[in-house]
Amino acid sequence: MAYSDKVLDHYENPRNVGALDKNDPHVGTGMVGAPACGDVMKLQIRVGDDGVIEDAKFKTYGCGSAIASSSLVTEWLKGKTLDQAMEIKNSAIAEELALPPVKIHCSVLAEDAIKAAIADLKQKSGGGVDIEPAKQEA
Amino acid sequence: MLDIHQNHFELFDLPTSFAIDRTLLDQSYRKLQGEVHPDRFAAATSAERLRSMQWATHANEAYQTLKSPVSRARYLLQLQGIDTQEETNTAMPADFLMQQMEWREAIDEARSALDISALEKLLLEINREATSQESELRAAIDEQRDYPRAAGIVRKLRFLDKVQDEIERAIEALEE
Repeated sequence: MAYSDKVLDHYENPRNVGALDKNDPHVGTGMVGAPACGDVMKLQIRVGDDGVIEDAKFKTYGCGSAIASSSLVTEWLKGKTLDQAMEIKNSAIAEELALPPVKIHCSVLAEDAIKAAIADLKQKSGGGVDIEPAKQEA
Repeated sequence: MLDIHQNHFELFDLPTSFAIDRTLLDQSYRKLQGEVHPDRFAAATSAERLRSMQWATHANEAYQTLKSPVSRARYLLQLQGIDTQEETNTAMPADFLMQQMEWREAIDEARSALDISALEKLLLEINREATSQESELRAAIDEQRDYPRAAGIVRKLRFLDKVQDEIERAIEALEE
């Protein structure tokens, strides 16, 4: 399948690959996986005292579209508040990367990773903020 | 006579359960294929020939479904009205995903170190894990009838399948 130029760019030069200290109370870690293709994605965000995301890192094992989706969202996340981050939709990721229909689930995975990272962060800070987990855990 | 309302297990005269007698399945499949083989309908009307062909296809699909543990489980859950959500459910248990990450990292390392024996060791470890998940799956479906849990195990097995594939491909590439 032909990848779009933007997917190729993120795939060949992924932004923000790496890890943040998952024990840092300012760091939220989201891990998600797509059973159908076996892709695994870890997304981490670090939030400053002002509630703004100051850093984001990812590690993804999967196809080019999954890597590009996670790379792209780490760029988008920086500078956003958690509420703004919650509003990132998979459709926007898919549109930006021109993902074909069979790769839409890669963008879903990235959206779910953001939600999982934020849920982890809120749970850590015990902020009492009700936040819906990305998906029900089986 | 053949009945379209039979489920795949009934089609092969097997109990509708995850535990399956592979020898019986193979025997029943061969017997059924013999009965519906299009060659036997060479002199039949075109409607009968078409029907025999449809049955042969149906029997083949049913056989393929029951043969593999994952598709057999998926089918059993479907009979219970449970969707395994392999396309939509991304929330796997954290320790499971962590283990997945570690295995993928280990594969990458072994691949760049051209270390076939490390890859073979990993493959053994993952095969063991898959076997243990399959026996959990059997217990969840046949004994506990805990179908949501069974669906979760099906999703886990998809990841294990993927890792097995990846290691096998890495070993092949290094052996060439």
